[in-house]
Amino acid sequence: MDKLTVNTTPVDARPAPKRSVGPVAWLRSNLFQGPINSVLSLLAIWALIAGLTPVIQWAIIDADWIGTSREACGSGGACWVFISARFEQFIYGFYPSELRWRVNVTFVLFAVMIAWLALPRLPAKKLAAVMTLVVFPIVAFYLLHGGSFGMPAVPTHRWGGLMLTLVLAVVGIVAALPIGVVLALGRQSKMPIVKSISVVFIEFWRGVPLITVLFMASVMLPLFVPTEVDMDKLVRALIGITFFQSAYMAEVVRGGLQAIPKGQEEAAAALGMGYWKRMGLIVLPQALKMMIPGIVNTFIALFKDTSLVLIIGLFDLLAIVQAALSDSDWLGFSIEGYVFVALVFWVFCFSMSRYSQHLERKLHTGH
Amino acid sequence: MTLQTAKTNDTPMVEMHGLNKWYGDFHVLRDIDFTVQRGERIVICGPSGSGKSTLIRCINHLEEHQQGEIVVNGIPMTQDIKRIEQIRHHVGMVFQHFNLFPHLTVLENCSLAPIWVQKKPRREAEALAMQYLERVRIAEQAHKFPGQLSGGQQQRVAIARSLCMHPEVMLFDEPTSALDPEMIKEVLDVMVELAEEGMTMLCVTHEMGFAKTVADRVIFMDQGQIIEENAPEPFFNNPQSERTQLFLSQILGH
Repeated sequence: MDKLTVNTTPVDARPAPKRSVGPVAWLRSNLFQGPINSVLSLLAIWALIAGLTPVIQWAIIDADWIGTSREACGSGGACWVFISARFEQFIYGFYPSELRWRVNVTFVLFAVMIAWLALPRLPAKKLAAVMTLVVFPIVAFYLLHGGSFGMPAVPTHRWGGLMLTLVLAVVGIVAALPIGVVLALGRQSKMPIVKSISVVFIEFWRGVPLITVLFMASVMLPLFVPTEVDMDKLVRALIGITFFQSAYMAEVVRGGLQAIPKGQEEAAAALGMGYWKRMGLIVLPQALKMMIPGIVNTFIALFKDTSLVLIIGLFDLLAIVQAALSDSDWLGFSIEGYVFVALVFWVFCFSMSRYSQHLERKLHTGH
Repeated sequence: MTLQTAKTNDTPMVEMHGLNKWYGDFHVLRDIDFTVQRGERIVICGPSGSGKSTLIRCINHLEEHQQGEIVVNGIPMTQDIKRIEQIRHHVGMVFQHFNLFPHLTVLENCSLAPIWVQKKPRREAEALAMQYLERVRIAEQAHKFPGQLSGGQQQRVAIARSLCMHPEVMLFDEPTSALDPEMIKEVLDVMVELAEEGMTMLCVTHEMGFAKTVADRVIFMDQGQIIEENAPEPFFNNPQSERTQLFLSQILGH
C-alpha cells in the first residue's frame, strides 16, 4: 500500500516571479547576462554610436537640402541638392516632360492595384487579381508606350530611371512565376519529352550569367532573327530577364513540390481529381505557401538584377544616376548618388520582404 | 455512360483475377483471386509487408499492377486515365495518415471534390458536406482547419470527405493505426455505423474486435498471397493454416 499516491488538491496558476518579466529583466537576460556578455554588449553599443554618428552628421546635420545648383553645397555634408535637382530624370528617364503624367497615372494605378491585392480589408480579391494580371498590364502598356487613343508614342529608348526599373522588375516578376511553375511541373513530369525540355531549359538558363544573357539578347539575337522582325531592345531584355529568373523560380517551386507529402496527391486522386486539379487545388497552393520565402528571395534578387541592363544601354535607375554623375556641373557627388539609389532599392526590397513575412503568418493554418 | 450499363445489382463490387504486382524485383502481390460482393464487409489482416495495403490500393489504381485483371463495379481497369478516374468516382478511400488537405477548412475538404469533380453548385456541395459531417458528429468543427483537430476528429472528417462523393465501395487503409488509443473508438464507431447502413467495405486493420463484430469475411495475407479467407467466427476460433495461427497468437496473445 505504501506505493499508492493520490493527489486531489488542484494547484491554481500563479503569476511568474517578478524578476523574470519587465524591461529590467529583459536587459539583464539579453544584454548583461554575466561579465563577458556585459562587456560585449557595451562594446557593441559603443561601436554603433561611433559608427553611426559621423554618418548622421554627414547625411542629415551637415547636409545641404535646398538649392538648384552645386553652389548651394558648401557646408561639407551631403549634397542632396544634386538628387532634388535631378529627381525628375531619376524617376522618368528621358520621358518627355509634358507626357510624364502618363507615367504618374501608371504609378498610381499600380499602387492602387497592389493595395487592393495586399490589404486584407478590401473586398473582391479575385477581381483584383484579374485586374492586376490582365487589365492593368494592357492599360499600363498603352499609357507608357502610347501610340493610340490620341496619345503620342514614346519609344522605349526614352524610358529610364525608376520607371524603367519598375517596368523590368514587375514584368519579370509577373512573368517568371507562372513560367517557373510550369517548368517545375514539367521537370517532375513522367513524360520524357516534357521532362527533358524542362531540364534543358532550366539548366541552360541557370548556367549562364545574367550579363551574358542580356548581351546575347541585345547583340546576338538580332543576328539570328530575320531583319524584318525589329524587336525592341527593352522587349529583348525583358525576355532575357524573364527566362533567366523563371529557371531560378522553377527550382524554388520544385523544392516546394517535393516538400508536399505524397499522400496529398493520393488523397486527391482517390477523390477522382485529374492531374491539373490535383496540382492546381491541392499541391501547388500548399507548395507555393511553403515557398513564399524562396519566391520572394528570387523576386528581390530579380529586382536588384534589373540594374544590369545598363550594360546594354538601357538607363535604369542606377544607370541614369551614374550618367548624371558624369555631368560636368555635378562632378564629385557620387556618394550622394549611390546612397540615393541604394535607398530606393532598399525600400522596395524591404517592403517585399516584410509583405512576405506578413503573408506567411496570414496563411499559416496550424500544420 | 456506356460503361455503367453493364452494371446490375448482381455485378460484384470488386473482382480480381490472377493479380500480380512487383515493386522493382520484389514480388509484392502473387496470384490474387478475390471477389467482393455488393454490401459485403471484408477485413484484411496480415503481418507488415504482406501486401494488404498494396492490394486495396490497386482497386483505385493508386498502385499499378503488372499482371491480371481488376473489375470495379462492372468497369474493367485499364491504363486509360479517363477509365481510372471513372472507377475512382465509385471508390472512396480512407488513409492511415488521414491525408486531409491542410490548407483548406474541414468544410472545404469535404466540398472540394463534389464541386470540382462532380460539378455540383457550391451551395449544394456545402449542404451535402454538412450533412456528412453531422453523420460523423463533427459538424461543429466545419470551419476549422485540419491542423486544429485531434487525430480521431481528422479521420472522421476524412471518412466524411470520402462519403461526399457517394462512393459504392469504401477502402480503409489502416484507418486507426496512427491514432492514440482513446481516439480509436470514435473512428471505429463511425465505421460500424457505415457497415450497418450496408456500405461495401474493405478494411485493412488490426482491430480484431471490429473484424469480429462487423466483417462478413476475414482475409489473412502473408508474403503477397491470400493465405486464408473465412467468416470471422471460424477464422478466429479455428484458423486452418499454420501461419494464420501464428499471426493470431501474436496479435491476440498479449
